[in-house]
Amino acid sequence: MSKNKINIIHSTFVPLNIENVDTDQIIPARFLKGTTRDGFGKNLFRDWRYENDDETKPKPDFVLNQSKYKGQILVAGKNFGCGSSREHAAWAILDAGFTAVVSSFFADIFKNNALNNGVLPITVSENFLDKIFAEGTESTITISLPEQTITIDSTGEQQRFDINSYKKECLLNGYDDIDYLLNIKPEIEAYEESVKY
Amino acid sequence: MGKTLFEKIWDKHIVKTIDDGPSVLYIDKHLIHEVTSPQAFAGIEKRGLQIFRPQQVVATADHNVPTLDQHLPIKEQLSRLQVDTLIKNCANHNIELYGLGHPYQGIVHVIGPELGITQPGMTIVCGDSHTSTHGAFGSIAFGIGTSEVEMVFATQCLLQTKPKQMRINVEGELRDGVLSKDIVLYIVSKISASGATGYAVEYAGSTIRNLSMEARMTVCNMSIEMGARCGLIAPDETTFQYVHGRTFAPEGVDWIKSLQYWETLFSDDDAKFDAEITINAADIEPMITYGTNPGMGIGVNGLVPLGQSIDEKDRPSFVKAMEYMGIAPGTAIKGQKVDYVFIGSCTNSRIEDLRLVADFVKGKRKADDVEVWIVPGSKQVEQQAIEEGIDKVFEEAGFQLRQPGCSACLGMNEDKIPAGKYCISTSNRNFEGRQGAGARTLLASPLTAAAAAITGRVTDVSEMLAVHN
Repeated sequence: MSKNKINIIHSTFVPLNIENVDTDQIIPARFLKGTTRDGFGKNLFRDWRYENDDETKPKPDFVLNQSKYKGQILVAGKNFGCGSSREHAAWAILDAGFTAVVSSFFADIFKNNALNNGVLPITVSENFLDKIFAEGTESTITISLPEQTITIDSTGEQQRFDINSYKKECLLNGYDDIDYLLNIKPEIEAYEESVKY
Repeated sequence: MGKTLFEKIWDKHIVKTIDDGPSVLYIDKHLIHEVTSPQAFAGIEKRGLQIFRPQQVVATADHNVPTLDQHLPIKEQLSRLQVDTLIKNCANHNIELYGLGHPYQGIVHVIGPELGITQPGMTIVCGDSHTSTHGAFGSIAFGIGTSEVEMVFATQCLLQTKPKQMRINVEGELRDGVLSKDIVLYIVSKISASGATGYAVEYAGSTIRNLSMEARMTVCNMSIEMGARCGLIAPDETTFQYVHGRTFAPEGVDWIKSLQYWETLFSDDDAKFDAEITINAADIEPMITYGTNPGMGIGVNGLVPLGQSIDEKDRPSFVKAMEYMGIAPGTAIKGQKVDYVFIGSCTNSRIEDLRLVADFVKGKRKADDVEVWIVPGSKQVEQQAIEEGIDKVFEEAGFQLRQPGCSACLGMNEDKIPAGKYCISTSNRNFEGRQGAGARTLLASPLTAAAAAITGRVTDVSEMLAVHN
């Protein structure tokens, strides 16, 4: 089943300069009660966004409540997405309009969940991350998936990021893992036969 | 070259490997629950697919269920919808469901082992990060997202890249009052909440070998809290004895054949680990967390760090955590007032945990201004506790024994800690808002939690035990 294709992302960014952002912050457990993938964006960073869980009282200091910060790229401190396996975290980020998250370190399960939903997790050096955080609100970043590069447009500084060629092809073409696995079903059945489950 | 325990199991489950890409890993057992499965069922239905191997899937309802009056319909409408959706999906797809009212119902990581579904050498997944618990049996067990749940539904396989290999050795005798929970909190405090990201962690050494299966599960459970993909312990006689005779354990000839395979499951002497750490068990005292990630832990007699001692880059996060917790840097954690005590979760809700707590509190009474919730991990644990009279001990102590579920570990049901209140909890995460918006969590062992229930404050349980003896 095809997902959103990713190729070049050119956008301003939202800086979330906090480390160890866990999935309970990205979307608290009490908002995991949906039975579809939609509508999680409005509760993204819920408890950092609102006073006392009250939507009429946005916390003015939080970046998502400041109109000067916008764009398709979320930039966050190291160990982003640690904690639970809830894919709702990736759904909430996508639903809120982000197509890439940049950090110096990602938790494993979040990274997979993001990739499986067409959200690109990009690992950069801590030094490069600091340079992004130092940029102004109008500054843009360009992410090229084909070239595997991320560039701070104002300075031209660039870093290469890693992604395995299988996943890269999937994202460029909007394929997902199930398409691949369904195509090799005879091999899976042969494997089962060989180990006699 | 020899193989690690992980590599032996991994290699046996590889269907194929994609060039410059992941491997296709075959999954033996797939555990599901109400929160992370509905979108996966919807996904395969949308594709017009059937569940490929429904007999390898087991379901339970745990995250959302109330822990009081489970015989009544679930009051909260969205929770009820999720649980009802699970019932409908399991019926439509021929999946065994141990739902509310079933004698096997319970937290998914408690029932798998107690029913003998979890066995050495298996690959086990669940849409829950604490699936690492099952690694205590010498299996590769890890949490997955919902898209991956859908993949396993469709093909019984996942695309995975092989993690690096780490071994953590714990050697020597544990001090009085120190439990396996303290071991794992100590490890996370030493290597940080991301210290094992990208690794499969094998726990080894004499201290680990001497742990019971339930204590080993507590250690493996929190592997994800150091970022590890999974945690595992080589199966041994303790493991085999635990599994033998359980509801879904192999029997007769199958048992003998299984045992032959299981006995090969250990890291070879010349196996290569990418990282190795050795810890002296005698250095571990009862542990407690003071901050908002599980790596922010200290010995119960220790001082909360000062901001100056934290790396400059990490300081803003540290300050934020301390403000959230309302705890002053540089102060003693012992004596910190506690409002709630939660003994439960997939980390510490098994019968041994309840027995330890009951032995300790027998004849004692909780502090007046503390509320104490004991939430057993499963119906079977609850039943066993009642048979042993543990329920009476709790009642006399003023502890409330509730019904099985994930409960206040993540506050998806009504069991939430109010904003600003301190909860000493045997669960696995002290993240901001984890136990309820604004709730302040102190992670600890069941004994340290029980001691706080009696005194109303963070207490060194070993001192109380010394008096006791």
